[in-house]
Amino acid sequence: MGDRAVKVIILAITLSLSGCNGRYSILDPAGPHAQAVMWLWWGMLIVGSLVLFGVCAIWWYAMRKPHKKYSEDEVKGVTNRLVVLGGIALPVACITVLLGFGIPIGHSMLPWPSEQAIKVEVHAKQWLWEVHYPAQNIQLQDKIVIPAGVPIDIHVSSEDVIHSFWVPRLGGKMDAIPGRTNVLRLLGDKPGTYGGQCAEYCGLAHTKMKFEVSVLAEREFSLWVSQQQKEQASSE
Amino acid sequence: MNNDLSLHAQFAKVWDNLPGWGQLAAVNHTSISRRFMLTGTVFFIIGGVLAMLIRSQLALPEQELISPALYAQLFTMHGTVMMFLFAIPILEGAAMYLIPKMIGTRDLVFPRLSALGYYCYLFGGIIIMTSLFLGIAPDSGWFMYTPLSSAEFSAGPGSDFWLLGITFVEISAVSAGVELTVSILRTRAPGMSLSKMPIFCWYILAMALMIVFGFPPLILASILLELERAAGMPFFDPAAGGDPILWQHLFWLFGHPEVYIIFLPAAGIVSTIIPVFAGRPLVGYRWIVLAIITMGFVSFGLWVHHMFTVGIPQLAQAFFSIASMLVAIPTAIQVFAWIATLWTGRVRFELPMLWMFGFLFIFVCGGLTGVMLALVPFDWQVHDTHFVVAHFHYVLIGGMLFPLIGGLYYWLPHLSGRMPTMHMGKWAFWLIFIGFNATFLMMHLTGLLGMPRRVVTYEAGLGWDWLNMLSTFGSFIMASGFGMLMLDVILHFRYGQKARFNPWQADTLEWATGTPPTSYNFLSLPTVKTRHPLWDKPDLRSTISDGAHGLKRIGHGRRELYGTDAVTGKLIEVIHIPTHSWLPLVTALFLAALCISLLSRAYLVALAITVIAAICVFRWAWVNGAHKEMAPLTADEEQRDEPKLHSRTMNGPGLWGMVVTLLSDGSLYLSLLFGWLYLWTVAPGGKVPDVSAVSITAMTISGVTLTVAVLLYHRVIKMLRSGAASKLPAQFAGVFVFGALHLATLIYVTITSKLAVTDNAHDAALFVMLMFLLFHSSIAVVASGLQIFRAKKGYISQALPYEPAVLHPFWLFTLGIFWVSFACFLIMPLVW
Repeated sequence: MGDRAVKVIILAITLSLSGCNGRYSILDPAGPHAQAVMWLWWGMLIVGSLVLFGVCAIWWYAMRKPHKKYSEDEVKGVTNRLVVLGGIALPVACITVLLGFGIPIGHSMLPWPSEQAIKVEVHAKQWLWEVHYPAQNIQLQDKIVIPAGVPIDIHVSSEDVIHSFWVPRLGGKMDAIPGRTNVLRLLGDKPGTYGGQCAEYCGLAHTKMKFEVSVLAEREFSLWVSQQQKEQASSE
Repeated sequence: MNNDLSLHAQFAKVWDNLPGWGQLAAVNHTSISRRFMLTGTVFFIIGGVLAMLIRSQLALPEQELISPALYAQLFTMHGTVMMFLFAIPILEGAAMYLIPKMIGTRDLVFPRLSALGYYCYLFGGIIIMTSLFLGIAPDSGWFMYTPLSSAEFSAGPGSDFWLLGITFVEISAVSAGVELTVSILRTRAPGMSLSKMPIFCWYILAMALMIVFGFPPLILASILLELERAAGMPFFDPAAGGDPILWQHLFWLFGHPEVYIIFLPAAGIVSTIIPVFAGRPLVGYRWIVLAIITMGFVSFGLWVHHMFTVGIPQLAQAFFSIASMLVAIPTAIQVFAWIATLWTGRVRFELPMLWMFGFLFIFVCGGLTGVMLALVPFDWQVHDTHFVVAHFHYVLIGGMLFPLIGGLYYWLPHLSGRMPTMHMGKWAFWLIFIGFNATFLMMHLTGLLGMPRRVVTYEAGLGWDWLNMLSTFGSFIMASGFGMLMLDVILHFRYGQKARFNPWQADTLEWATGTPPTSYNFLSLPTVKTRHPLWDKPDLRSTISDGAHGLKRIGHGRRELYGTDAVTGKLIEVIHIPTHSWLPLVTALFLAALCISLLSRAYLVALAITVIAAICVFRWAWVNGAHKEMAPLTADEEQRDEPKLHSRTMNGPGLWGMVVTLLSDGSLYLSLLFGWLYLWTVAPGGKVPDVSAVSITAMTISGVTLTVAVLLYHRVIKMLRSGAASKLPAQFAGVFVFGALHLATLIYVTITSKLAVTDNAHDAALFVMLMFLLFHSSIAVVASGLQIFRAKKGYISQALPYEPAVLHPFWLFTLGIFWVSFACFLIMPLVW
């Protein structure tokens, strides 16, 4: 019986999630970072909805319940109970749980030093993305190729105004700011091609400032690197 | 009876506005606040039309209804208009209308300042709107991130319109902030201690103080960016030691408190309406006051949560993340105190209560997504997407507009003397409520599916199509709701049923004025003994109107209020306030001309206009106090059975106004100090030169002469306090001479300094600091120069010691910023 219920729930979730697909969908993750944030979202949605409907229901009940005369002491009791439970305990509990999940997730997304990590420099300018692999000496534009399962450190900088580098299906965004270099760690575990876009308004063609991230299996990535190196060497 | 009528007629003669064009010289708070609210409504309609255009463009994928250039102007102006020209002014207007009536007084304490504030708002708004009609509106988004808004990337005048126009409008906000603070603290009805004050006044007090502290960072940022655009001072240019992130810090240092500045008065409306319809006092009054104060403080420590993606150190992100979530606690305390009030009361379900419920649903929803956004990893994903757009519309429309409309219906009988009805009001509510949720609820999903904000269009097939169509559809339903709402309000003025006295059986004093109110609100000023004067004494209105309470004589022809102690509400003096005047209008016109001349980069004209505007301001100051137009000393004034006039004391409202203004000024100065320290220590190319470009010796001389001037001034005040002042003109002349010496040296220092203001941000900041000192020193010296003449004319004397006490804190402030600047800007870099 319990088994069937689980199946039904999984089916229902899968069905409703199919509306969440899309080239830029946070809810259709292709890497552990984006996936963690997606689960965070579903958890927050459930708790948030319970709080919202709970508070509205209490309000509605308080407004519509049959009238009763309260003595001063009773009023004090009701007030303290509602204010202490609803006004203090409820938010404190929610925040504690939220931080309990959120802080480790945020922590795991940071670009901690890693021997494995591949450095990719992304230089934004109105309105394109210049991509450079310093160790591999490869240049690309509006396109990044990365191996699956390997942490990638994107070093983001800007030529002119503030842009923001964002691949929703792989992980969070990072602003490209003139005069600074920020680092964002990307991690993809499913081979495929994912959309990236500028998230900070940067002028007239902001809407068109898009790029693509291809995640390849590690072997294919090595092949791609040597191929690129050959091609770029011959074109120079 | 006949006698009473003539008393009312006499009051009307003193308090009413001039007829015809003379209305433009009005200073009365009821008139001015109505103008604020009406003008705010017009800007709301304009902002709404801009939103409709945005929604139309986004209805279908790959539409080309609106060009990207125009679209950028539309979204920038929509945000700007709604925040600066609608939300803040209309709430200030509501506060200016209600506060004096609620605290049982006749007017705000600086009526001419209210008028100046209104005209600054009106002219500033018109100047900003002109840019839109000329097609050269600002187009970098309403938070104007530089470098996009800089001279290099926004060459046209759009950014200048924003920076100058908004700064101009902010004069109005800050002056309202000062005025509301002092009015609430010093003119409450006798006996109304802080703990007996209507809860609404606590909210407005918090809002006003937050404006006082919160707006200066943006004013400073706007000045710096305009100086960068117009004069090439590189505050935000990393190549010259500047940093674009400094703009973001200053902007959000204002921008986050701003959200609470908008929310608090609206929550105050909720806290006022709910007890009335629950038929019982608000429960948890103390809890709520505590929550308001906590919110006010905490809101200044959250700004970085708008900047989680700019690469701030992790620890700082964690701190601001947790702080942002903790705001949920004071918010929840208020929500549950409201629920407890409903729980223990007998609830009548009238139209305003419908809006309260709408508020609850939408605002709690917006608050919850706010807590989500405060979680850093989630914010990294949804920041700058339509999720955020949905979130802040939930907070702002739910948290501000719904209570405001509820309040509108609640106080409508007060404005018009007529009752609203459920018929159309209910329809308007449901259209707006359903339309709103249709527009914005699923917009959260649009954001989660990856749609960034501010994109002019999008390709089909990303899952965004139907969501955008739904949002556009919903927005038109909402717009039709607003149309119906306005129609309902307009029709009610004509067809509404006449309101009885105190139609909702409220407890607060504003219902004891006439409805609609007279220009003087109360013929006599009652003493207040409880938090609910009208519940405890239902006959208060007739006794007030019969002249059974204080300050009922008007033969002297002055507009008078009671001045009471800030905490206890004990009666201490009679405050006489100025009557109608053309000076606010004329001053505002010159300030508008200044704004326009700066926009057209006619700097010589601007300089000339600045001088004229300064003359207007000093003329304004000249006719105040004991000037013969105001309240000259008379022989028989000791015989009155009322307390002394404030101009005969040293603790009048002017002193309080000065201190609150200086708090704001101090906030501006601290922002400058923050900016300078930031450029030095955090900016990527930040450094300070080894040798000071400003002569330390000359600065020391300037500082010493200033110190002498302030010591002399301080001696005058001590003599006035002890009652032994003599030879005042000579005393002021001494202050003036040393002040002038200080000013002359300071000007010399500025002119001879070797500041490379266009080459590096450090020197540019130093230059701004010098200008700041010069500005204050000039005002102090000119004002003390005028005091010589005022003492000669007898407007200042031992019997009239008021004005020197007002200028005293200003001199102290000038001294303080001088030595702090000397130590921080000049000495610290040398000894580092």
